[in-house]
Amino acid sequence: MYEYDEFDADFVNQRALQFGRQVESRLSGKLSEDQFRPIRLMNGLYLQLHAYMLRVNVPYGCLNSAQMRKLAHIARVYDKDYGHLTTRQNMQFNWIKLSDMPEILLELASVEMHGIQSSGNCIRNITADEYAGVAAEEIEDPRVYCELLRQWSSLHPEFSFLPRKFKIAVTGSEKDRAVVKAHDIGLRLHRNENGEEGFEVFVGGGLGRTPFIGKSIRAFLPTEHVLSYCEAILRVYNQLGRRDNKYKARIKILVHEMGSEAFSELVEKEWAEIKQGALALPQAEIERVREFFAPPAYEALPEEDPDFEAQRKAEPGFALWARQQLAAHKRAGYAIVNVSCSPVGKPPGDISSAQMEGFADLADTYNFGEMRVTHNQNLVLTDVRKRDLFDLWKKLVALGLATANHGLIGDTICCPGLDYCALATARSIPLAEKISERFADPERQAEIGEIYLNMSGCINACGHHHVGNIGIVGVDKKNTELYQLMLGGSAEEDASLGKILGPGFDEDGIVDAVETVINIYIDMREPNEKFIETYRRLGPEPFKDRLYGAPA
Amino acid sequence: MPLLKNEAIIKELYTRVEGEDTLPDRGAVLVDLARWQADRSALIARGSEIGVRLTSAEAPEAIADDLSQLSLVALEFPAFTDGRAYSYARLLRERYGFQGEVRAVGDVLLEQLHFMHRSGFDCFEFSSDQPEEDWIIAQADMKVWYQPTGDKRPTATQLRRR
Ligand code: SF4
Repeated sequence: MYEYDEFDADFVNQRALQFGRQVESRLSGKLSEDQFRPIRLMNGLYLQLHAYMLRVNVPYGCLNSAQMRKLAHIARVYDKDYGHLTTRQNMQFNWIKLSDMPEILLELASVEMHGIQSSGNCIRNITADEYAGVAAEEIEDPRVYCELLRQWSSLHPEFSFLPRKFKIAVTGSEKDRAVVKAHDIGLRLHRNENGEEGFEVFVGGGLGRTPFIGKSIRAFLPTEHVLSYCEAILRVYNQLGRRDNKYKARIKILVHEMGSEAFSELVEKEWAEIKQGALALPQAEIERVREFFAPPAYEALPEEDPDFEAQRKAEPGFALWARQQLAAHKRAGYAIVNVSCSPVGKPPGDISSAQMEGFADLADTYNFGEMRVTHNQNLVLTDVRKRDLFDLWKKLVALGLATANHGLIGDTICCPGLDYCALATARSIPLAEKISERFADPERQAEIGEIYLNMSGCINACGHHHVGNIGIVGVDKKNTELYQLMLGGSAEEDASLGKILGPGFDEDGIVDAVETVINIYIDMREPNEKFIETYRRLGPEPFKDRLYGAPA
Repeated sequence: MPLLKNEAIIKELYTRVEGEDTLPDRGAVLVDLARWQADRSALIARGSEIGVRLTSAEAPEAIADDLSQLSLVALEFPAFTDGRAYSYARLLRERYGFQGEVRAVGDVLLEQLHFMHRSGFDCFEFSSDQPEEDWIIAQADMKVWYQPTGDKRPTATQLRRR
């Protein structure tokens, strides 16, 4: 993974010290809260319902064990002994004191981490496919470009006061695990007919109050131009994005209002002016960064490991976990291991200091000292030898990280909701816990099969409910928390937005409604048909009829 | 309000002429875009320096062909959170090659000075009781830059290649 050199190290240290000065100015009253607000946001510090929340960037989801141990330390010393994995592959701490912040930032800087631009109306942490570099079906490793984009976007002087926040995601696989079409800019790395690397560029995707699927504005952008092209998009947006209404300020509204063709014309015109300029990436620079992502020292192994087969036969719990949590690796004899942080009856994405430390040890023992955070609020070990899987599993069981629900209904995406969030209209964590308890039986979950259930505590959609196969969103009707149900969303290559089925339910009602939907699917599915496929074949009617009664 | 340029307080040379107000007999003036467009020849005929002040909704493209006649372009920040003028300043410097003064006016605060300077502003109208000290503070924090802009500060990428 990328390692800081003196420049990167100086950069985060200077920034941490600068924030120390700014906190002093705030505490002495030299800075007003209004003036301080964007500064603290640009360092990752939010004011939530009960306390400050610090969001620490995990650059495109990649972490090493020393960083994970530092996060554990911060959780233990400055927070309540746990952290929370977010849908943007970051980690947040919910109980931070402002006066501790300068110290925390210096601690983070010591392991090449920070909260710069994890909030505010600027370019946020770049996100990527959590299997980058190892997925069997990958075309190219997107992390090289994520890192180049990370540097380019760090304290960009022109783009630090955008109309609204700005999110970029990159994938290099056929299968889209980075939800690129739900981002302000989505980049899909692929090869053209001449075998050259380039990006398909999507703009104007996003969830929130007004969800849109991103529009493709360029089929092939040579990789050397990725920075200049993004700069052109941002420059058009910075000048023309709406600033009169915060709910209409995202680039998706601009693209929608002017049309993606007109928007793309402006971008191409701007880009033509700057593409040969200082942002053009020399091949040598791309190669320099690529070296950081060179494959680790893999062993030559046979594809199948005889012990692994035998262990699965002997230990049904292991077999179940292995069936659910493993993904195909590029290299023979290795596996990608998904580690669920959504155990039954617990808040999805929460992880304790002890779990972080234990997991860091496992990464050192089995995974070249590295790990990933996923947008599904889980963790991944990317490079585990199949022969180590059984030992790894036993240790994960001991850490409480061996839940076998990857891609199943128990593996929900869930925002913090009313338990933490100042904007929430309803609680989401307790509901996620109830649903996971209702479907606690692993056999039943496996029988239901692949399904994505996403929920948000309000229409801002941090829990990505529009792109869940089943989406739940909290709404406030006459001061009671109600939940609306939507079906048919997808966050993958075939991205689609779910549709609201009908009137909302109360907390118990929504759990029953989800179960009813699942039962209808099981009754009506064809062999090997996933939930989303059945829904697309049948449409909403059978679900509506059963939940709300057939029209007379 | 104090004006800061090249690390020092400078005297205001321009008379601000708002809207349709009458022009002074002589001396440098700072006019709005509409006035410039309406009274272009009269302003040039005065033989004194001319500045144009753009609101954050007015992109510098409108004066791109006039820049040889102008010695100052003032860009407004109606609120420090409105970042359009950062793009305008870069376009003035890097696209249109403007060499005159690019002045930040409006809600100009210490914490944004560095970004402004990096984008091409060289003069700042800001309300501070210690503008020179603030300038030093604002420039002292960050010494590593990743983006090539027109300000000639070497980027990390350029330094790595040396
Ligand atoms: S979706 Fe709403 S409730 Fe949930 S985190 Fe976002 S703003 Fe808060």
